[in-house]
Amino acid sequence: MFGYEFYVDPSRCIGCRSCLQACEECETHRGHSMIQFDFLDRPNTIGTAAYVCWHCDEPTCAQVCPADAIKKGEDGIVHSSLKPRCIACNNCVLACPFGIPKMMEPQQQMMKCDMCYDRTSEGKRPMCATVCPSQALAYVRPEQVAARREKPVNVFYFGNQRITTKVYMMVSLERDAVVLDVADYIWEEGREAVASRQ
Amino acid sequence: MAKPPVPVEDLAETYGPHLNYAPPGGWQDESVHPAEKLVKTHCCFCGQQCGIQLKVRGNQVIGFEPWEEFPFNRGMLCPKGVKRYLQGNHTDRLLEPLLRTDQGFRPATWEEALDFTARRLRAIQERYGRDAVAVYGGASLSTEKSYLLGKFARVALGTRHIDYNGRLCMVSAGTAYKLAFGVDRSTIPWSDIPKAQVLFVIGANIGDCAPITADYIWRCRDSGGRLIVADPRMTPISRNADLYLPVRPGTDLALLMSMLHVILRDGLEDRRFIAERTVGFEVVEVSVRNYDPRIAAEMTGVPPEAIEKAAHWFARAERAIAMHARGLEHHSKGVENCLAVINLVLATGKIGREGCGCTMITGQGNGQGGREHGQKCDQLPGMRHLEDPEARRHVARVWGIQPDQIPQAGYTAEEIMEAIHRGEIKGLLSICFNPLVSLPDANFTREALDRLEFLGIIDFFLSETAQHADVVLAGSLQEEEEGVGCTAEGRVVHIRKAVDPPAHARGDTDIIVDLAHRLGKGQHFPFRSPRDVFEELREASRGGIADYYGITYEKLDQQMGVFWPCPTLDHPGTPRFFEDLRSFHADGKFHFQETLWRDSGDPVDADFPVYLTTGRVVSQYLSGTQTRRIGALVDQYPEPRVEIHPRLAEQHGIRDGDWVTVTTRRDQITLQAMVVRTIRPDTVFIPYHWPGRRSANRLTHRTLDPRSKIPEFKVSACRLQKAAGPEAAPDDRAARRNGASGGAR
Repeated sequence: MFGYEFYVDPSRCIGCRSCLQACEECETHRGHSMIQFDFLDRPNTIGTAAYVCWHCDEPTCAQVCPADAIKKGEDGIVHSSLKPRCIACNNCVLACPFGIPKMMEPQQQMMKCDMCYDRTSEGKRPMCATVCPSQALAYVRPEQVAARREKPVNVFYFGNQRITTKVYMMVSLERDAVVLDVADYIWEEGREAVASRQ
Repeated sequence: MAKPPVPVEDLAETYGPHLNYAPPGGWQDESVHPAEKLVKTHCCFCGQQCGIQLKVRGNQVIGFEPWEEFPFNRGMLCPKGVKRYLQGNHTDRLLEPLLRTDQGFRPATWEEALDFTARRLRAIQERYGRDAVAVYGGASLSTEKSYLLGKFARVALGTRHIDYNGRLCMVSAGTAYKLAFGVDRSTIPWSDIPKAQVLFVIGANIGDCAPITADYIWRCRDSGGRLIVADPRMTPISRNADLYLPVRPGTDLALLMSMLHVILRDGLEDRRFIAERTVGFEVVEVSVRNYDPRIAAEMTGVPPEAIEKAAHWFARAERAIAMHARGLEHHSKGVENCLAVINLVLATGKIGREGCGCTMITGQGNGQGGREHGQKCDQLPGMRHLEDPEARRHVARVWGIQPDQIPQAGYTAEEIMEAIHRGEIKGLLSICFNPLVSLPDANFTREALDRLEFLGIIDFFLSETAQHADVVLAGSLQEEEEGVGCTAEGRVVHIRKAVDPPAHARGDTDIIVDLAHRLGKGQHFPFRSPRDVFEELREASRGGIADYYGITYEKLDQQMGVFWPCPTLDHPGTPRFFEDLRSFHADGKFHFQETLWRDSGDPVDADFPVYLTTGRVVSQYLSGTQTRRIGALVDQYPEPRVEIHPRLAEQHGIRDGDWVTVTTRRDQITLQAMVVRTIRPDTVFIPYHWPGRRSANRLTHRTLDPRSKIPEFKVSACRLQKAAGPEAAPDDRAARRNGASGGAR
């Protein structure tokens, strides 16, 4: 839909999993949910996060596909693998830094979130972002998101890999990118890991 | 004697709960056979009553589509709403009346089943008196059905005893709001929530029980609003709380009175509002004098500085809203708890303006509408008091009877069960209520049901209570009859009929009307449709507090719902109360009410040193009669677990996933532990949606609030013991997958 963007804000997530339940109601993949959902650390927090495919500008899944089966549309949407081409090799599943693609074993095809292409092409909002009760998943105009406490970014660092995406992550105002580095979580002598500092 | 005819495990083999996963025809069917129409209506679960569009093909609901134009939820839905469509075409659905036999139940014709029901009700009344029969209603019924049931009990049966499962919901708040404001409804529309500068949420697990409200709260925070959450557990909304108050179960009143103490101590009250618009302040002022934050901290476990901060934030904000739900109301002092919230609101003058007020977050589907028009034991339609002579005259005229023919007030829901237990009430007709799961002290409830001489049930599934029935009349789901509901906001909404009841099942309205005819009162029940009932309801409510006279189905469609009171056809409705700073009391004043501390009815001691509190999870609804049959919802939270803080768990050698026996003065159950730091170390939590050996209500107690008669679900005393494994649980063997790869029928 013109003028609308997708925003993910885990800090708003209430863990209800409405997105998961609604995603599997979408007509193109009924019975299969494409949403990723996590309890961050249930023993210690009620924090949860739900997220969709980030639709990378240069999608790693497509770059590693040996069968050229994963296509990005002009609108920036990265689609499920093309059924006639997909060889079910799992390269995309393993390579995606966000862990998005899913191998559907019965039909031997990679499927993933396509931001409800069938809905957005008809002027409907994606299912998950429509139903999300806390609008942790939101498909709205940028000016609506500008009123929020957090700000949108679409630059991610995984180690040295810089990824820019179509979908935005809401982060605190002082940040400009989401930086994830495994090294921060590894214990080294004389240096506490981030995880244990928290 | 209304005992299950055969072991309940055998009944469960036939009647479920079985799990339905897929839409009619299977997941792929819709691409071949698309929906024929979309029906704009409302969700059947919870008091939010979200707008939803049901996809209909033939006479089946096959899916849903968000309804983005409906202003309350704008397309948003929780997982229960998303999956609600799976209950219609369900293998467990009752498709014809059932009569009990020695071998179980057998199908019957409607003639036979209705004749039998009427004959048994009559026989009991002739032998033991009119009041030997009681009627149970439910707050998931449409407002028309609620009205009809109240009239049925009083006119067709002539019994005093009709009450409903809303007695387990927000009646403490209802009682308090009537005492203070003269009206039982949220004082605000939800659109006020984002306008507040401070939200004080106490005893309301909004993330799990009213998920759509989370968006309103986050929008408030987006505008700079601050969120205070008081709860023994960190529930999902507490993740963004600016101030979290970990109140000990049963001590909310001390916290609230101490907040008022601080406000008065620090001179933050609104003297002008108090002087001009209220009465009774002096007594309240005295009553909080001893609630210094230090003393309250010892009682509540909330740091004194946090109590002061909460009081300061609430009082100093120009606009603040207090939100509360069952966590505050399910107490033997539930009414006092709610009054203490209202006293805070009144003392600071936060009422009758945008972004100000207080609200109970009504929990049940039609929890608001279901309590306005006459299935409460002490009320007549229009929220009129049953003992008010003028109210009796008005309603008697609409009903075509004499005022003295309207019975006096009867027992409340739990009191009815106690009267059954002691043999005073011999017959029960119950619709939309599963007391065996939802009333406290479930073993007592089972004993009582076993003693009934007659139990008649109107329902669409064979609930655990219906397993005890002599006759089960196969009724209708919400989407199978037209009607109205009233949301937690006070917005009356139009529930459209999507499909007919399947096979030989019938609309509840028809069943009740037919029974009235068989009881010889047909002339008072000339209704051929819910619309006929609504037209009479409009008249019956006219001039009352909950005045629906100016509401029509067409107006509800045009305006996307109408907030009551709406006394005339050209009246727009009343979203926000008290904008003229007048209450609904005759004097127009807001009435401060004194609150006095008392202990819980089931105090902790050396033998039972741990607090037990109960509540809900997001994927299940009330007693689970509907949601325990929907596969995707069951998978999300399959079994009740005991939430325990690691500090408490360690004392008993309990690790996450271990089996734990929880024992109270009533009974014990054994469940798996969920060891989490998100609950007070002196408290455990168990959700209550399950029957049998997983039933939290086997542990709870029957102490009632003396005024609202709500049970004290939120505080029991218990002890814990690590267990080797689960109890053998034969009663749950039917909960297994069904229809995973196709339609369920």
